[in-house]
Amino acid sequence: MESLTFRHTTKKPLPGAKPQAITGVVASGNLEVLLERVLPPDACEVAIETPITGYGPVWEAVVADFVARAEPGGIRISINDGGARPDTVSLRLLQGARLMEG
Amino acid sequence: MAIDRDALSWYEASARQRVDALLDTGSFAEFLGPEERRMSPHLPLFDLPRAFDDGVVVGRGRLDGRPVLVAAQEGRFMGGAFGEVHGAKLVGLLRAAREIKPAAVLILFDTGGVRLQEANAGETAIAETMRAIAEVRADGVPVIGLIGGRAGAYGGGGLIAGTCSRLAVSEGGRISVSGPEVIETNKGAEEFDSRDRALVWRTMGGKHRRLTGGADAFCADSVSAFREAARALIGRAPAFDLATLEAEHARLRNRLEEFGDCRDATEVWARLGVNDPDAVPAMDARAFDETVAGVGGANHDAR
Amino acid sequence: MTLAEILASLFPGGHAVTVADGLVSGEGPFAGGRLHVIGVDGDTPLGIEGALALAGRVLDAVRACDRSPILVAVDSDSQRMSRRDELLGLNEYLAHLAKALLLADRSGHPTVGLIYGHSAAGAFIATALATRVLAALPGANPSVMDLPSVARVTKLPLDTLTEMARSTPVFAPGLDNMVAAGAVHAVLDPGKSLAEQVGALIAGLADGDARDRLGAERGGRPVAAEIADRVAERARGA
Repeated sequence: MESLTFRHTTKKPLPGAKPQAITGVVASGNLEVLLERVLPPDACEVAIETPITGYGPVWEAVVADFVARAEPGGIRISINDGGARPDTVSLRLLQGARLMEG
Repeated sequence: MAIDRDALSWYEASARQRVDALLDTGSFAEFLGPEERRMSPHLPLFDLPRAFDDGVVVGRGRLDGRPVLVAAQEGRFMGGAFGEVHGAKLVGLLRAAREIKPAAVLILFDTGGVRLQEANAGETAIAETMRAIAEVRADGVPVIGLIGGRAGAYGGGGLIAGTCSRLAVSEGGRISVSGPEVIETNKGAEEFDSRDRALVWRTMGGKHRRLTGGADAFCADSVSAFREAARALIGRAPAFDLATLEAEHARLRNRLEEFGDCRDATEVWARLGVNDPDAVPAMDARAFDETVAGVGGANHDAR
Repeated sequence: MTLAEILASLFPGGHAVTVADGLVSGEGPFAGGRLHVIGVDGDTPLGIEGALALAGRVLDAVRACDRSPILVAVDSDSQRMSRRDELLGLNEYLAHLAKALLLADRSGHPTVGLIYGHSAAGAFIATALATRVLAALPGANPSVMDLPSVARVTKLPLDTLTEMARSTPVFAPGLDNMVAAGAVHAVLDPGKSLAEQVGALIAGLADGDARDRLGAERGGRPVAAEIADRVAERARGA
């Protein structure tokens, strides 16, 4: 297992007031994403546990892209990965952000 | 956001989606939710990923306004198998039911049985669960099992299902102890060809279990169908006493006498009086319910 | 210990316990009353006929209403693995046996399991694990699955699993690990009277299910008891 953590500063907080949301399932090629509104409004943290080692740079790029698109200020994101492809990760992150806004 | 219960496939839905859609809208409150991160202490030793809820969602909610406790297994995480945390969440829920006396405890099965990486904990938790169900039932609280997930109810999950007051199944909801692959691995493909999906379905699937009295309701593969079944079954749960178990004993003895020499489910169905056994697998829920109504023994209080 | 030795130690004055097709049933005089015995002997797999027959014995005892204890002696294989057993609903037959034992216990018949050989999977759950207190004799070998099979399923090398099994009781087969998990309450001394030891277990029966607490004390199930308590607390609204 490999643990990765990425911290970003955002320009704005993620809209909505929902305190937490979870999406996805830990299964082969899938992942679960837990979002919690617990950080200062300009901070975002993404912590990943993955059984596939050596893909830190890919995760870093996927997370940076998500942060730029969603501006998820205030949100701590925790991921249990089951070996998902980058496009699945992006999809789940955006799904999660939408759930927090809804 | 309102959920369309008719459109949501039980088989395809996640454990969380099933619970949310099954209960009265917005009524579900989870215990030890994912944010508490009560994950398996053992899976990291095997270099395996964990889930925040260890593959089971437990909590309280309402069904038609009546309070219920509910547990839902996630069949896609480790095959919905019983690990230490997973099993303990179900055991804790059932123990609480004795004090709270909800209108029912609903167990949404989706499990291959014991999680081998935590085998002793899983096996013992299954035994604890069965004891707790017996106690809850004896206290007058129905325990209703709903089975229609991709992992079915196998291994110890099948035994727990057999301990419930009532069961609702869909076609995909297989109930069994040894799975097809386990039988094939141990006894050979001549005994059970696990790749023969039609054989798996008619030997262990929901229709066979319903026709032979192994389940009390048959559901189309939608959350609304399972909701209707749960509502109906809560009201007619058998007591947990000597009379019930004597009746179950007679029922199981009769089954053995009547069908003990059958090799295939279609033989059982023919002997039950089903006119065209080969047509059963393709029947929709309505046609199948009519078929069930035409045979004896599928409805009983002997469980 | 063999079943014959066990029965001789339980019933020094003789007994009426017989074995047929691997199924054990009968009774003998015990502590001023009697002790019912059911079980599985000779590493026999438990199928639909066996489960039904044993359940029948248990229900007979409950019907007799004499509050005699019931001993479940086990040296079995796993559940019988066959297409026919599953076709006829093995899960219902095994659950029926377990429910009969659970009902007996609730009806005033203390139930004591005694594992003296092998047992596994569904057969173990339906028999020994469905009793109020489960004892073992040294040399007993309960398991969920043997290590070579675990290796196949988990795709881990057998050497690695064997090494892990030494330090990780939660998944490894064998008596010590089932004791650590709290599934087996006590290991009896074959050199002393089993009648006295079983009598002491019955006299010391506690209310409720102590297995998760034992598992926490013994380290084989570090978190189960606390998790169950926490869920129950939330459910009560605390």
